[in-house]
Amino acid sequence: MSNDIALQAVDLVKHFSTGSSGVLGRATSIVQAVDGVSFTLPTGKTLGIVGESGCGKSTLARLVTRLIDPSAGSVILDGVDITTLSGKSLREMRRKLQMIFQDPYSSLNPRHSIGQIIGDPMRIQGIVTKSGEKAEVQDLMQRVGLNPEHYNRYPHEFSGGQRQRIGIARALSLRPSVIVADEPVSALDVSIQAQILNLLENLQKDLGLSFVFIAHDLSVVRHIADQVAVMYLGKIVEVGDSATVYNRPAHPYTKALLSAVPVANPSLRNSDKRIRLVGDVPSPIDPPSGCRFRTRCWKATDLCASVEPPLQADSTGRAVACHFPEEAPVAIGQSPQ
Amino acid sequence: MSPDVVLSVRNLSVVFHTPDGDVVAVNDVSFDLRSGETLGIVGESGSGKSVTASSIMRLNNSNTASTTGSIIVSGVDVLTAEEDEVRRIRGSEVAMIFQDPLSALNPYYTVGKQIAEAYLVHHPKASKSEARLITLEMLKKVGIPNPDKRIDEFPHQFSGGMRQRIVIAIALINNPKILIADEPTTALDVTVQAQILDLMKELQTEFKMAIVLITHDLGVIAEAALDVLVMYGGRIVERSTVEALFSEPTHPYAWGLLGAVNSLGKSDRGALVTIAGSPPSLIALPTGCSFNPRCAYATEICTAEVPSLREVGSQESVSACHLPDDQILLLGRKAASL
Amino acid sequence: MFMFILRRVFFALVLLLAVSFFTYMLFAMLPSDPAALTCGKNCKPDVIAANRIRLGYDKSLIEQYWLFLKGIFVGRDYGTGAAAFSCGAPSLGYSFGQHECVTTLITQTFPVTAYLSIGAFILWMLIGISSGAVAALNKGKWQDRAASIFTSIGVSLPTFYIGLLVLFSVVIWLRILPFPSYESPFVDFPTFLRTMILPWLVLAVLSAASYTRLTRNGMLEAMNEDFVRLGVAKGLTTKIILRRYVMRQALVPIVTIAGLDFAGLLGGAIITESVFSLPGMGKMSIRAVVESDLPVLVGTTMVAAVFIVVANVLVDIAYGYLDPRVRVK
Repeated sequence: MSNDIALQAVDLVKHFSTGSSGVLGRATSIVQAVDGVSFTLPTGKTLGIVGESGCGKSTLARLVTRLIDPSAGSVILDGVDITTLSGKSLREMRRKLQMIFQDPYSSLNPRHSIGQIIGDPMRIQGIVTKSGEKAEVQDLMQRVGLNPEHYNRYPHEFSGGQRQRIGIARALSLRPSVIVADEPVSALDVSIQAQILNLLENLQKDLGLSFVFIAHDLSVVRHIADQVAVMYLGKIVEVGDSATVYNRPAHPYTKALLSAVPVANPSLRNSDKRIRLVGDVPSPIDPPSGCRFRTRCWKATDLCASVEPPLQADSTGRAVACHFPEEAPVAIGQSPQ
Repeated sequence: MSPDVVLSVRNLSVVFHTPDGDVVAVNDVSFDLRSGETLGIVGESGSGKSVTASSIMRLNNSNTASTTGSIIVSGVDVLTAEEDEVRRIRGSEVAMIFQDPLSALNPYYTVGKQIAEAYLVHHPKASKSEARLITLEMLKKVGIPNPDKRIDEFPHQFSGGMRQRIVIAIALINNPKILIADEPTTALDVTVQAQILDLMKELQTEFKMAIVLITHDLGVIAEAALDVLVMYGGRIVERSTVEALFSEPTHPYAWGLLGAVNSLGKSDRGALVTIAGSPPSLIALPTGCSFNPRCAYATEICTAEVPSLREVGSQESVSACHLPDDQILLLGRKAASL
Repeated sequence: MFMFILRRVFFALVLLLAVSFFTYMLFAMLPSDPAALTCGKNCKPDVIAANRIRLGYDKSLIEQYWLFLKGIFVGRDYGTGAAAFSCGAPSLGYSFGQHECVTTLITQTFPVTAYLSIGAFILWMLIGISSGAVAALNKGKWQDRAASIFTSIGVSLPTFYIGLLVLFSVVIWLRILPFPSYESPFVDFPTFLRTMILPWLVLAVLSAASYTRLTRNGMLEAMNEDFVRLGVAKGLTTKIILRRYVMRQALVPIVTIAGLDFAGLLGGAIITESVFSLPGMGKMSIRAVVESDLPVLVGTTMVAAVFIVVANVLVDIAYGYLDPRVRVK
């Protein structure tokens, strides 16, 4: 595999068993959290994954970093399928692929100093000497905008935004090539969000990092991602480059999602462009047959109930899983209208 | 108080007594709310917006909080009234909905019982069947499908969006004049948020309510509010109409917020406009204007004196900033046009 | 819900079977020869041998267990010929030391334990929950601190110490009450009361301590919940909020734990019964330990186990009823 592709997911599936029945309490229902997801992350780029609750994006983040094991499918990092690794090779893989978590309050061990938190990965992996560790950690702290002299302080002495910087420094300490960020700014105030996003973008430029950026906030993803994948009930329904997906969404769900975001412009209020989706997201235990979005889609037909639309790419690289996409897909061989 | 003012807050201050010292969560806040209108209160964590909201119904714990000032609802000063008087007002003249629908409902009783309870508290002579009928009607109004069946279900059997609708049903069942919505959509998915905001607007027209809408999301403010208060460090730093806020904001904090939101909305990958530093710790507020450590335009007077609210510009905006008027308007227009 | 109950009952039965097996095996594998223990110090070998056969101790362990198990359902016959006797169902064995079927012994002593447990239970729940509630409603004030001291003392002091201390002070030193001498409440109610009042109080006050803490913490946690705030925002009175919102939540774990504690007590409040000379199951167990009366020990252990297993099942079911979120669809 060429060095252009940092990370690739192939047909990832994760099913959780739940519920119980009968005297022996066997599991009756299966939560199809992630049901056949594939994506490609080009080196040095950011892939944004958006979706609402229950779409499976957090499960996907954990699958890709091998915090949980997939029920099926593979994840390819640097030409190696990391779902098959174990022991030493798995540990070595972790040097290349790191994660940033959502909650800056619970993702840092309150009993460790931040010097320890940031330095632990290096020490555990044995890539730094005891004497060299402090210097490395302080260098990282500076890089993420923290004062290196706060090396011995504890997480509770920092604000939410600063804690997230600590989390980022920790993720960087092994000098990974790919970082998976699971809602890294959702728990932060708006003014702090902007700081952290700028930091992530600068780090990407300076260190050549590739990001998988998971979020529910569409504007955040729009800003930071080169490519965007939209998830619904365990599947990717649309993927393409950021500008195309946001300006010309093809999947009805993407369209509804975008129109639901309140715009910070009062003069655009009450414009009838808002699409109202009816009802709630169906349960991932018993997803609708055929196209999973059909129960809330204004275009749904019998075809949508019987045949699941495959995720099909057109010649521009944008892919949609819909029988009646909002935009006619550009046929292979033709140039876009 | 002019005839259509339903809520009048004057010089509200709330001080929490903690083991680490006194925390001034709300500092000298005053505003009016008129019938049928939506007042947005925007601010980040520690701005005092939530404490202001909970003070309106005197929900603050009197053991740990000292509240001063006056809050007048229907001719009654909530802060000095007797407990029964306040209880009469709660849930009938003023109602509240909270942020997290997952924890806002009593898990041990059915949804129907909880809605009926809100009705029966203020209509003690009503019969249980009457309350149940009204509950069913309310469930239909807030858009719960199959209300006859779902009325006897428990909160955990509903999704987040449905639960928020139930919370709204509880709040509106007694036709309150004022609805306080404290971050009503923050915990919800964006498509559900849109549904809830639409529902609130519909019901506002039908019930002729005034709404105090508290949020950190400027988009929600733009969608729903008529007038806006911007809070920072426990004080109001700007008050303007929603159009004025987005076209000509009059406080450096508002410029920063608007800048961050607007630059986020662009799809070019330029650096985002940020506000340096972090929100202040309420125990150790900066001297003078609380915003001065993060303000790009701070001068000496900003650390010495707390700026008072004064009218700036022609759109009836009010701002608490030491900068001269013309500079404010210039910088404001610049921030809005990014 | 029905499947839920059925499943719990099924597993409870399996558990009881396992308990009976392990209990029996445990006692059977003790180094002492059960036959030798049947007749005191000056036992002639042939008497021992005869007893061994009569009581079935010559058979294999598994066979012994099987006979024991069968006896629970259909009763058990011992010996042959003129010296034969039987213990009717449910037979838990025969005690040579007391010359009586174990089941009979248990039926005689259990009521005392039951009265003790029930009285103490009611008292400790009343004391524990009310003091916990007072502490929670007066958080930080002297009532709260007093409750906290009470809790620490109650939880740390052993029953035998306080029991003896109380017995000494009230009976011997202050002479307020006579020595405890148990009479059935149907025979001599005043004596019954005079005897039971001290053990009830001692047991109740010491057990109440942990419930004080449970109630206090449960209530404080509940009072911080969002839904309680919403209840206040509805305009409900403090009384209703405490009842339908705060206590409703705080009591759920308390009720379930209390159920288990009560069941444990029914198995024999050994120390209290010994200190206050109450002829209950606990006292009988102690005597059986001292006299190495294995059948009695096996019997009382089984009875205690049954109470605990049954209590666990009931508590599980109760929990599902009390907390709708736990109910299986």
